[in-house]
Amino acid sequence: MKRLLRGARIIDPSQGLDGLLDLLIEDGRIGMIGEKLKGGQEAIPVEEWDLTGKIVVPGLIDMHTHLREPGYEYKETIRTGCAAAAAGGFTAIAAMANTNPANDNRSVTEFILRKAREADIVRVYPVAAVSRGLEGRILTEFGDLKEAGAVAFSDDGKWVADSSLMRQALEYAASFGMPVISHCEDPYLTAGGSMNEGRMSTELGLRGIPPISEEIAVRRDIALAAYTGLPVHIAHVSAEGSVQAIREAKKAGVPVTAETAPHYFSLTEDFLAEYETAYKVNPPLRSAKDAEAVKGGLADGTIDVIASDHAPHSSIEKDVEFEYAACGMVGLETSLGLSMKLVKDRILSLGQLVEKMSINPARILRIPGGTLKTGAGADITVIDPGHCWKVRADAFRSRSRNSPFDGWALEGKARMTIVGGEIRHDET
Amino acid sequence: MKLRHKDILGMKELSPEEIHLILDTADSFSEVSTRDIKKVPTLRGKTVINLFYEASTRTRTSFEIAAKRLSADAVNISTSTSSVVKGETLIDTAKTLEAMNPDIVIIRHSASGAPHLIARLVRHSVINGGDGFHEHPTQSLLDMLTIRRKKGTLKGLNVAIIGDIAHSRVAHSNIYGLTKMGCRVTVCGPAPMIPRDIEKLGVAVSSDMEEAVRNRDIVMMLRIQFERHQASFPSIREYAKFYCLNRERLEMAKPDALVMHPGPINRGTEIAPDIADGVQSVILEQVTNGIAVRMALLYLLSGGSS
Repeated sequence: MKRLLRGARIIDPSQGLDGLLDLLIEDGRIGMIGEKLKGGQEAIPVEEWDLTGKIVVPGLIDMHTHLREPGYEYKETIRTGCAAAAAGGFTAIAAMANTNPANDNRSVTEFILRKAREADIVRVYPVAAVSRGLEGRILTEFGDLKEAGAVAFSDDGKWVADSSLMRQALEYAASFGMPVISHCEDPYLTAGGSMNEGRMSTELGLRGIPPISEEIAVRRDIALAAYTGLPVHIAHVSAEGSVQAIREAKKAGVPVTAETAPHYFSLTEDFLAEYETAYKVNPPLRSAKDAEAVKGGLADGTIDVIASDHAPHSSIEKDVEFEYAACGMVGLETSLGLSMKLVKDRILSLGQLVEKMSINPARILRIPGGTLKTGAGADITVIDPGHCWKVRADAFRSRSRNSPFDGWALEGKARMTIVGGEIRHDET
Repeated sequence: MKLRHKDILGMKELSPEEIHLILDTADSFSEVSTRDIKKVPTLRGKTVINLFYEASTRTRTSFEIAAKRLSADAVNISTSTSSVVKGETLIDTAKTLEAMNPDIVIIRHSASGAPHLIARLVRHSVINGGDGFHEHPTQSLLDMLTIRRKKGTLKGLNVAIIGDIAHSRVAHSNIYGLTKMGCRVTVCGPAPMIPRDIEKLGVAVSSDMEEAVRNRDIVMMLRIQFERHQASFPSIREYAKFYCLNRERLEMAKPDALVMHPGPINRGTEIAPDIADGVQSVILEQVTNGIAVRMALLYLLSGGSS
């Protein structure tokens, strides 16, 4: 079966494309892009979609999600997480390793991939642990994990504080052509903290996590990348100092890449005034100055990727005293809408947004996707840029509701998510 | 005038007018505690629950006595553990108590913001009896009542608050309360005990005790909880050497300066015994005034007016 997407503005920076064009999907692949394509000359039936007023982009890729399965199925399963991803416009997601058991051996990697195949909604790329049990002591079996289907390594949730181990991880991963993703946080400076350190933490009487907790860790990882000449990817950048460190490193030619999450440019620590645990996240929401720096980093290319850091938690973890509450917020279904605001505010062009949410994640993870070139898998997101909608956490496909954006009015939404030519989400 | 709050969660939320109202009401209740029959029928039929998740003698007893002197029924619940995993959640406990129709619940909890969490979810009034490192509003109010009685006013007084500022809810509440009432406040302690950006709350900061005490009207010492915050300073001996209020240091303050302490005191650590027991010390009057302040709050939250 063929599908013809008609009349949309097609934006694909991977081939310098931006125009009102038609796109033909054949056998799950991108067939052709052109003006006023005809699909019906041959005997094969063509399903036509009028997408006038919509934007068609390479399928969005979220390189930082937590699917919680195995171990925490009451928060999220691979199936519900994939459904949330499709609803949010993502055709592929990378799943972090801090499940229970952790994804530190091939049986867990294979389990995740099997569950993803059974769900058959979006593509799932497992990120395996750097160290056994995420304990920061012994490396996992990188080669075996790669064979099982892992695409990257990360102890996300924890920094690999042992610099020697992190060096080995960069070196060993590179020998398999695999990236390492670092959750940057000095555990000593963070100890016991539950929000950003500053006037707000002082007022609320909560232990603070200073922004330098992140920056110091970022600077060490940059030093390791510079020394070894091997790539490192910095997860969820939140602090001005980190942005500056990455900017300088990139200028000096260090192979560092970085991501941030929508909450770091959409929220600040000021939202914590009422001890609402929906705003508790790690790294913590920072000051307005940090949020501005994150936007600046996105605008000038210092930050390559917007990733959701989708972190589902149930009321069991969240409806408790602030200090005891779990960190994290769901993001798959709000990521695009929040990021579209950057386009409206002229911080990013639509093309740059596509780079940050599709092309760059594919490049960093070295996975297919991020393009609408002929012959590529037909992973496509259809965006309605002018659609105003209200976030309703109770309508999320995700099993969890821990969103600080519940009730927010957003502009711009994924209307259709196509994976391998199949429509996985349709709101047209 | 009436209080416009359902709850008393912190000094930050109270206006100067409300603070005056509370202190004036407390003044009028003080007399009750000096009577032979220390009881008035004002809150007969009201139920007050003390829900304490942290060990406390003076605050809990003070609230209980305050409630009883107003003829309210007082119930005490002491839960030594605030463990995350063990037992019922805070919200479930609070909702259970709410179902018993109390009028006022006083909460003390080691987690900052715990009373705020409850206050949002229940119909009855909540008084913060001390939450984490955040606030201890009734302590601040009783401190102010004590100062006002001794000095006639709060306006224009120079106050030094000395000790572990970062981990002291008493310091936080007094910073909000005293600056609001026109005091000039200096906080002092070893630098690791001074929280970041504290000066943005309108106080001066010093790590030199002699500088902090000089020409002050009020010297307020804080309890050092070395069992909790070992990492902040090397030893009690070293702390006492540089930050204990002794005779020489007190002499730098104004001759009629008041010495205050929220208790319980560590004799010889933050305050020398002769100073704690000396003529300038108002530590026990603070305790007495605590009952009057708490009577005032129970009365005002029950709908009473001046």
